[in-house]
Amino acid sequence: MLAVLNPLMRLIEVPMKWMQDILGLKNPAWLFLLPNLILFGLFAFLPVIINFVYSFTGSDGILLADRPYVGSRNFDYLLDCSSYLDPNSCRDDFFWRAVHNTILFVILQVGLMVGFSLLTAIVLNRKIRARGFFRSVFFFPVLLSPVVVALIWKWILQREGVLNAWLEAVGLDSFNWLLDPSWAFGWSVFLSIWAHMGFYTLILLAGLQAIPRDVYEAAMMDRASPWRVFRRITLPLLMPTMLVVLVLALIKGVQTFDEIFAFTGGGPGSATTFIIQYIYNTGFAGTPRLFGLASAASIMLAIVLVILTFAQLWANRKNVDG
Amino acid sequence: MANPVKFLTRTRGNGLGGLHWTDWLSYFYLFCGVLLMFLPVIWLGFSSFKTEADLLRFPPRLLPMAQETIVVDGYDDPLPLYRIKGGEHEGKTLAQIRRIGIIAQMVDPAVPDERLKINIKEREPIESFRLATENYTELFEKFNFGRYLWNSVFITATATIIMLIVNSMAAFALSKYQFKGRTVVLALVIGTLMIPQTVVLVPLFLISKELYLTDSLWGVIIPGAATPTGVFLLRQYMLTIPDEILDAARMDKASEWKIFWRIILPLSAPAIAVLAILAIMWRWNDFLWPLIVLSDSNNFTLQLALNAFQGDLNTQWSNLLAMTMLVLLPIAIVFAFLQKYIATGIASTGGK
Repeated sequence: MLAVLNPLMRLIEVPMKWMQDILGLKNPAWLFLLPNLILFGLFAFLPVIINFVYSFTGSDGILLADRPYVGSRNFDYLLDCSSYLDPNSCRDDFFWRAVHNTILFVILQVGLMVGFSLLTAIVLNRKIRARGFFRSVFFFPVLLSPVVVALIWKWILQREGVLNAWLEAVGLDSFNWLLDPSWAFGWSVFLSIWAHMGFYTLILLAGLQAIPRDVYEAAMMDRASPWRVFRRITLPLLMPTMLVVLVLALIKGVQTFDEIFAFTGGGPGSATTFIIQYIYNTGFAGTPRLFGLASAASIMLAIVLVILTFAQLWANRKNVDG
Repeated sequence: MANPVKFLTRTRGNGLGGLHWTDWLSYFYLFCGVLLMFLPVIWLGFSSFKTEADLLRFPPRLLPMAQETIVVDGYDDPLPLYRIKGGEHEGKTLAQIRRIGIIAQMVDPAVPDERLKINIKEREPIESFRLATENYTELFEKFNFGRYLWNSVFITATATIIMLIVNSMAAFALSKYQFKGRTVVLALVIGTLMIPQTVVLVPLFLISKELYLTDSLWGVIIPGAATPTGVFLLRQYMLTIPDEILDAARMDKASEWKIFWRIILPLSAPAIAVLAILAIMWRWNDFLWPLIVLSDSNNFTLQLALNAFQGDLNTQWSNLLAMTMLVLLPIAIVFAFLQKYIATGIASTGGK
């Protein structure tokens, strides 16, 4: 690594020193910031602006010059529903199905995952043997790639898979899990929890360990019951961490795509199609490529995410203060 | 030692004697957790060494087993071996030539000329432990696996190096210089936190196309090279480095770049190491953006190739499982050695 880096660094030093000397810069801060700012500008801020422009244009050309202005037609198309509760009543029923799926998915996944993470963190915070081992076991799936996670479970759940073999072994019928919409959705929630809960467990465990011991000792003096200690001490003191975890999980949950796409491909039908996959399908996978529509959907997603990110910053601040 | 049972089962913690029922419950929960989290991966590992036939076997077994075969004079292919457990040939070991309905045509390897007819119920296959390593070797021979591996390694290595350099430069500027607009830049960096790749996919694709980055490995590397997470992580660490060291170096007429490279970077090694591990993981596991920017299968990363193969009906599970294991392995190794850093790194940055 250093063998590559050293000559590279020496190479960069030449123009950097030159600029410093020629320009007489006493404070070359901007020089150091430049590469990062160019990248941020090109690949973060400029895209936001273009995204807005795109969402008001039509046709399937990728270049802005090929794209006629269509006003709010993309948004009208997406939002044209006689009832937002029923995707079938919408012009773009696929979009609304994705929205409904995402909302239901996020509620189930975040709720269950934070619940299980809390339970696991509490168990791991007890005086148990081999805590390090157990902690890493729960954390291990976090590192797996989404495609690997999807394949592991797809293989277990397939028609001739291990799960069906076990079911048959105890006398039950085998079942084609991923071909049934409700089961496919349920397993998607499960898979997502399986893959990510270790991360939240870790944060909650850190939160639990940050609670001062003397509070518990005082409670023990007063002979408080374990349940009361949990309700009155652990939960309130863990609340700031819980808040951070909840918001983080929401932000990630809304953007779920990779593992589910590799797991079910969004199917059967559109049972496990979420909002990112809608954007991917409309903008990139299908023909014609409806970039305008995809951009419009992106903007709606962005609004949700900006709100959640502000919530995150707020929760973080609260966590630091409290 | 009045009560040996009590002595053996006492926990480190309560020191009052046996395990409380909540301890049992905790261990039971953790044990279930280990099964649920680890067993699938371990089972997959064993199964990746099974032949396709063994994979379809019911009920499934943990260890990979394969039927033994033997080369018999007069037959081109090796014939599968069976032990006969009934009928007139009981106890013999025979090789099967072909099967017609419930009758198997078999031959005694010692007497290759004579064909025997055996009811299939009277025979059982002779199996032994065998690793089907061809699942793995085939990946390189038939599936162009080396190419995908190279793509993934190239992207991961290059992107990590670029990211570390670019982000540490920005962190250096934001932590060690006073200048007009510093707060604005910091706000901008926070602002990018609110722009995840997922919401700007379309314009990102357009810009990459304009810069001729689509369908090239650089198209995966460059757009993600600057990360707010990286800048923040490094800045927080560099703030702890005392400014006096820098001033001393300036006295000695060191250029600012030399200060950055020779003093700040070595002193920030722990933070850089954490960020490097994170970056390697992000890049190795990256999926959505490569999926969009790469369309020629020669440029596919391992993740894309794995996803493409699983959608291909011609792909057999035996190869797919082997490929999954190979994609999983580097991360598993990194995890085994650097577990502590990964955990603290992820906890301190909030994932991505």
